Amino acid sequence: MTELTMAKAINAGLRAALAADEKVLLMGEDIGTLGGVFRVTEGLKAEFGEGRVLDTPLAESGIVGTAIGLAMRGYRPVCEVQFDGFIYPGFDQITSQLAKLTYRHEGSQSFPVVIRVPYGGHIGAVEHHQESPEAYFAHTAGLRSISPATPHDAYWMIQDAIASNDPVMYFEPKSRYQRRGEVDLENRGAAMHESRVVREGTEVTLVGHGAMVAVLLQAADIAAEEGTSVEVIDLRSLSPIDYEPILASVQKTGRLVVAQEAPGNVSVGSEVAATIAERAFYSLEAPVLRVSGYDTPFPPAKLEGVYLPDADRVLEAVDRSLAY
Amino acid sequence: MPDAAKPDATTQDPVRLLDEHGARTASDRYDPLIADLDDHALAGLYEDMVLIRRIDAEGMALQRQGELALWPPLLGQEAAQIGLGRALRSDDFVFSSYREHGVAYCRGVAPVDLLRVWRGVSVSGWDPFEAGMASPQVIIGAQALHATGYAMGIQNDRERDPATPDSVAVACFGDGAMSEGDVNEAMVFAATYQAPVVFFCQNNQYAISEPVSLQTRVPLADRPAGFGIPSARVDGNDVLAVTAVVREALERARGGGGPGFIEAVTYRMGPHTTADDPTRYRDPAELELWSARDPIQRLRAHLESRGAFGPELEESVAARADQVAAELRAGCIAMPDPDALEVFADVYAEPHAELDRQRADYARYLGGFVS
Ligand SMILES: Cc1ncc(C[n+]2csc(CCOP(=O)(O)OP(=O)(O)O)c2C)c(N)n1
Ligand SMILES: [Mg+2]
Repeated sequence: MTELTMAKAINAGLRAALAADEKVLLMGEDIGTLGGVFRVTEGLKAEFGEGRVLDTPLAESGIVGTAIGLAMRGYRPVCEVQFDGFIYPGFDQITSQLAKLTYRHEGSQSFPVVIRVPYGGHIGAVEHHQESPEAYFAHTAGLRSISPATPHDAYWMIQDAIASNDPVMYFEPKSRYQRRGEVDLENRGAAMHESRVVREGTEVTLVGHGAMVAVLLQAADIAAEEGTSVEVIDLRSLSPIDYEPILASVQKTGRLVVAQEAPGNVSVGSEVAATIAERAFYSLEAPVLRVSGYDTPFPPAKLEGVYLPDADRVLEAVDRSLAY
Repeated sequence: MPDAAKPDATTQDPVRLLDEHGARTASDRYDPLIADLDDHALAGLYEDMVLIRRIDAEGMALQRQGELALWPPLLGQEAAQIGLGRALRSDDFVFSSYREHGVAYCRGVAPVDLLRVWRGVSVSGWDPFEAGMASPQVIIGAQALHATGYAMGIQNDRERDPATPDSVAVACFGDGAMSEGDVNEAMVFAATYQAPVVFFCQNNQYAISEPVSLQTRVPLADRPAGFGIPSARVDGNDVLAVTAVVREALERARGGGGPGFIEAVTYRMGPHTTADDPTRYRDPAELELWSARDPIQRLRAHLESRGAFGPELEESVAARADQVAAELRAGCIAMPDPDALEVFADVYAEPHAELDRQRADYARYLGGFVS
């Protein structure tokens, strides 16, 4: 066991992947000499050289599009998008190209490209720096989308993502970058596509991903003090979603609250809510409730506390669920 | 992988009308364009540059003191921005990035309004149509297309009604932005429609940590020729040269001569933003080299050589800078936090029932805490 921040855990995972396979390349803006604006790739250019860790021109479509060509030459590119809100110039290459190329090649060619996206709020930044765009990608067939909530998962899931022969969107909850946690460098635990119960409880099930998991655990602590037993599930994979642990939990609790930073409209949380309503209708004692960012652009920093669900908003939903 | 490109992208001599000691060099082409700049006008440019540098320094300080979330400094780029800003007419329209505080200042934006976005109280600082300048753009290069479209609108208006003023749209962006698709698409559209737009690229040598050599193997000003757009490379630390080159491009655009491109060669003396640490990627010798090319010192030396710089000017400008800085600081600290329900405001121009419901729910939720 080693204690690492999430940023350092991803760094260690990238280092392990670079060391294990010479076809692994890192590409992105400011990732080499600077080590990335969040220092996630710190030291890797010095260690592996500028042929493996590429500072790219300032062009997201260029980064993803050339990664696709590199993949066709047998490379496994790992692209960094500097911030969530800067992914859209690369959207066409991700959704119309990368996502569809295995299908277009009728399976004869795989596209093992990873796109790392620091995402989410809680950092008090200006426009385009705090968004949660995961639904666009989860909605797109051909892409896998995952998001770790802990340094341990961050370390293992980035390696899983790189090893996958499918394109993987790897969403990094940037507000958790500097949070420390135990990383077991020997035992991996759950695979990248599995969701996982991270706290057991009996009365209400809470489901979330990324930075929201910490908020849910905090809510569960408060609920416990008030005498309510809450189970928390870390989704980990946003596409595909692993429903089994959620179904099992809801069969036990009968109540489900799904939480996320992203706007609720047509979102990952909506998908979980709809699927559980479909598959576990007779287990439910209350409607599935969603807690999310509002259906507005991410507001100016001074208002992020209004927009981002906190433990209070989660608990208000827990109370509503229990009141049915 | 090939070695990252490392050519010297500053080989083509930029237009320069003041040498590094402020001595005036003659130019048949550009002198007539700045013939009106008398002592008084030059003193005005000096004051503008000193004031905007002071406003910028105050922005840095306010961020360090926790009053702003972030600040992207313009230090070193005063001549480029003031030269551009003062060459424009009030009916022109600027589409800028996040660093053009100096241009905004010239457009009449109140200094305290420059801070709003960076304090995190709003997503825009001023009324774009009052200032003739759009809210700053954070997405690299996106505004180049907006400027081009605005220019196409000017052109259409003038075709329908020749009495329409011959306004020009200006797009400001950096060296890094030259790699984005949007900037290149903007140049295609501008050339195709011969739109009255001027692309003003401040090559401050860096895109965060990436040197301009990573974006280009040729001087940036060489690229527009491939799109059929006339281009100029100018010493961005020479306010006279910037003024002349911008005026030339503006006049051509007003006269129906189509788009223009200007590369202002300058240097970002500060960090990319207050969140950046340039010591990780920049040689201090470079800073020293560019300190010697300081744009304000250069104009001051020129004024001195004309016998137009004395203690009176120096003191009055310094006093004005102190006053602007004090007002800025007080205005920043007095800026109220937005009301929580502002989150739901202005998302749509038309009514939106679902959002109204979310707003009402949130208001009820807030009310629950009060009672
Ligand atoms: C589409 C997009 N990608 C990445 C970023 C992150 N980013 C912000 S500023 C910057 C560098 C811009 O450099 P340049 O165009 O030279 O302008 P300067 O900051 O030097 O004024 C980058 C990469 C962004 N804002 N938008
Ligand atoms: Mg730059």
